[in-house]
Amino acid sequence: MLLLILKRIGLGLITLFIVSLITFVGVEVLPGDACTTYLEREAYGAALDACIKRLGLDVPAYERYLDWASNVVRGDFGYSLSGEMPINEVLGPRVKNSLVLASVSILIGIPLAIVLGIITALWRDKLPDIMISTITIFSMTIPEFISATLLILIVAIWLGWLPGIVIIPSDATFYELLSNIILPVVAISMIMTAHMARMVRSSVIQVMASDYVQMAILKGVPYWKMVFRHVLPNALLPAINVVALTIAWLLGGVVVTEVVFNYPGLGRLVIESISNRDLPVVQALAIILASIYVGINLIADLMTLMLNPRLKSLQIRK
Amino acid sequence: MNEIIESVKNLSIGFNSQKGKQISILRNVSTNIKKGETVGIVGESGSGKSTLALAMMGYIKQGLFPLKGQCLFKSEDLLKMSSRQLEKIRGRKIAMIPQNAGQALTPNLKIGYQIDEALKLHTDLNKTERDKKISELLNKVRLPSPETMAFRYPHELSGGQQQRVAVAMALAGKPDLLLLDEPTTGLDVTTQAHVLELLRFIAKDTGTSMIYVSHDLGAIAQVSDRIVVMYAGEIVLEGPARKILKEPIHPYTYGLLKSIPKLSLAGLPASMPGSQPQPGSINEGCSFYDRCNLATDNCKKNSPDLEHIKELDTNVRCFNYKELINQNNNLQTSITKKSNNSEANEVLKLKDVSISYAKQKFFDQLLNKISDQNPTVKDINIDIKKGETIALVGESGSGKSTILKSIAGLLKTKDGQIKFENDRILSSDLKMRNPNDLRAIQLIFQNPDESLNPNHTVEQILSQPLKLYFNLSGEELKKNIIDLLKKVRLGEFYMSRYPRQLSGGEKQRVAVARAFAAKPDIILCDEVTSALDVSVQAAVLNLLQQLKEDLGTTYVFVSHDLAVVRAISDRVAVLYQGRLCEIGPSQNVYKFPSHPYTEVLLGAVLEPDPDIKPKLVAEDIVEEKPPEKGCSFQGRCPRKIGDICNSEVPPWQIGENGNAIRCHINIEELASLQQ
Repeated sequence: MLLLILKRIGLGLITLFIVSLITFVGVEVLPGDACTTYLEREAYGAALDACIKRLGLDVPAYERYLDWASNVVRGDFGYSLSGEMPINEVLGPRVKNSLVLASVSILIGIPLAIVLGIITALWRDKLPDIMISTITIFSMTIPEFISATLLILIVAIWLGWLPGIVIIPSDATFYELLSNIILPVVAISMIMTAHMARMVRSSVIQVMASDYVQMAILKGVPYWKMVFRHVLPNALLPAINVVALTIAWLLGGVVVTEVVFNYPGLGRLVIESISNRDLPVVQALAIILASIYVGINLIADLMTLMLNPRLKSLQIRK
Repeated sequence: MNEIIESVKNLSIGFNSQKGKQISILRNVSTNIKKGETVGIVGESGSGKSTLALAMMGYIKQGLFPLKGQCLFKSEDLLKMSSRQLEKIRGRKIAMIPQNAGQALTPNLKIGYQIDEALKLHTDLNKTERDKKISELLNKVRLPSPETMAFRYPHELSGGQQQRVAVAMALAGKPDLLLLDEPTTGLDVTTQAHVLELLRFIAKDTGTSMIYVSHDLGAIAQVSDRIVVMYAGEIVLEGPARKILKEPIHPYTYGLLKSIPKLSLAGLPASMPGSQPQPGSINEGCSFYDRCNLATDNCKKNSPDLEHIKELDTNVRCFNYKELINQNNNLQTSITKKSNNSEANEVLKLKDVSISYAKQKFFDQLLNKISDQNPTVKDINIDIKKGETIALVGESGSGKSTILKSIAGLLKTKDGQIKFENDRILSSDLKMRNPNDLRAIQLIFQNPDESLNPNHTVEQILSQPLKLYFNLSGEELKKNIIDLLKKVRLGEFYMSRYPRQLSGGEKQRVAVARAFAAKPDIILCDEVTSALDVSVQAAVLNLLQQLKEDLGTTYVFVSHDLAVVRAISDRVAVLYQGRLCEIGPSQNVYKFPSHPYTEVLLGAVLEPDPDIKPKLVAEDIVEEKPPEKGCSFQGRCPRKIGDICNSEVPPWQIGENGNAIRCHINIEELASLQQ
């Protein structure tokens, strides 16, 4: 078991290593270098020299990679050109803000998705299912930038209940954030919840049709007890990996939503640093996003391993 | 004894078709279950037997609903009860033992919990009493080490053990009535015999009434006091077990019994023409009319009622049943088959073949070799003559299908050679074989549902080998397809059908036709009849035999069913854990002296005859791996003589009957032991 966990972690690290290589090489093969790209027309003379010196571009590429990689491992992502400060300082509050946005979305989205999925499955083809399914399919088909814009139009502009865009500094406190993130959270969790609810629904329906559920009924197990003991654990197990994929996929949604709502998170930073041609920051963000992706999938794999008695005993026996 | 526990009255169950028509799959069924009695409900797939059994627990599958009638349990109608009321009856008064316990036990719950759940629901015992009861129950169903068993998950148990857990769970609520839905189908022969023996013991021990639903008359014969025969949703015959099995007076039952291959009979069983009508397709007349050889015009127009015959204590649904009284000597007959020419040349030779499933180590992968000291299949030497049917027999895990896959080139051999025609070595890698060799060896699979592409018509399915091997096209292709269909007794109009529009037997015929399309020299048959109903199985066996006699094909026939093997094969090879135990002409293998494993297998076969009881001589343990050294059967052998069995591989001995046996016991001694 432990060996397997180590193996998975090792694989994750290898993935990250490859991602870092690709991003580094990607930046290298671009015409010019980070300094000429950033400085554009001012890329000459003292400014260019200072920049090259600042970023250490005067040493060979492999040395720079080793240098950069070892710094990243130590938690130092380098120097932001546009912010004119260490990237860590730029990232810190942004990571926190995005984390708040994502975790609130997840904390609301997952339980909601499970409940909706179960309701639609148990009342399959009846009124609750038809209503909820229509809504989930509808919200699945609308991309975030449209639903976000519609939310702003309806809730912020027509009804005037909530601010349309988030105007807070990136180092706002947690409580200041909370009151501002209602609309972004709704926009993000809509699609995610819809996807997961559909998944849970089909999984529950499949398990409800299984021999062991029929057996439980014929054993005289009361309905809700059967649902909670015999159906849900088996139905939710395959859902874990899908949830992980959805969360990882949510990263993309976060980028779009943050831009629409002007939310000072990682996603907006991605867009900003790309349009500022701040290559060191882009590089750092690529690594961070990849780590999140790998990390979430790793957690999902490990959870499946822990919860599935089949896999668990298989490992013990080996 | 005469108190009626449950009574079904004029029950019809059906569904609404897409056209809005009401279609019944159970029609006007009435029967009574008495206290302490075991009733066998027998019928082929689609006869409505499971629907009837489930209705007797007040359970109707989704999509179906009761049309009329009642299921009275102690004079209360189960079909009218609320789910709250039913929860009080299910598991407590009527308990179910399911068909496939492996799928009927909830995978995430330990088996102790699942039994405890039933105890909690249906008894007033406290925690300590329940724990005691759990090990008592596990002990009663003869599971090893009941204390630790309770803490295991269902998937950690073998098929037979899972079935025993299901029995223990059903007994937890001390029910008055036990419902068994094909409880031994899918188990190995020896396991099946053991589970049946357990059920018989429990029936006697607890005095519980049982309803035993099965397609297998052999199993039904072992447990039932009374038998109900179902056909197309109706009861066609009902009476005391012995009468039904020995003197069946309904033409369907008669035909069914004749179509079962029997160990005592060489030769092929007689088949019944046609197949069971689809629900909703019967409008008037007797539902068995199309397949009946006693049918008259009256049968076409009027449907017979279930008639009670007092002197036989039997109910029968037939106008002409009198013609079958005293006809029963004919039951013990079979169609003799032409045996092959023993002078023929050998067409396929397996020489020292070993096959391993072991995962290759990285280093071995580089060198492209398999280093496994204890491979799944080891040292197989079989020479197969042209035109011969050789059968490989054994329980699951005996390596019989593995060998078949290697002959087909689907699985690489570890050691040894497969020689085809004039001692030419066939590569064990499919990609290295030449197209003609690929054509010459064809495979028919167990389940035609999975081996036929559901999106292809029969014409497309059959045209593929013809195009591939013979480059046929246009009119010629079509002519060949029609010829093939004719060979497997299917009409031209089947060409445009899809597999889902065919019955099980028709699908397997198409699969047979596809194999023959390549004009093969050897056909590998992997359990080709085990997914089919008995009457259809007999027809497919007859078809295979006919084709072989006409075309001179060689069959390698893999099966777990010794009676089927007896019927079709010229020679039999018995395998245990991937090692040959015995090989010889089939009439001799079925006679003593036998290898102890053959003896165990033969003893466990269930015959549709209440007078022939299975002999249980070995434990039904499941061994996961063949033993490292010594005899492969050492772990279960009832005739083990000592250390020599553990340490040395037994020698081959040739008996006077011409069968070779691999055992340390001297063959004459073996013969006298087995008398």
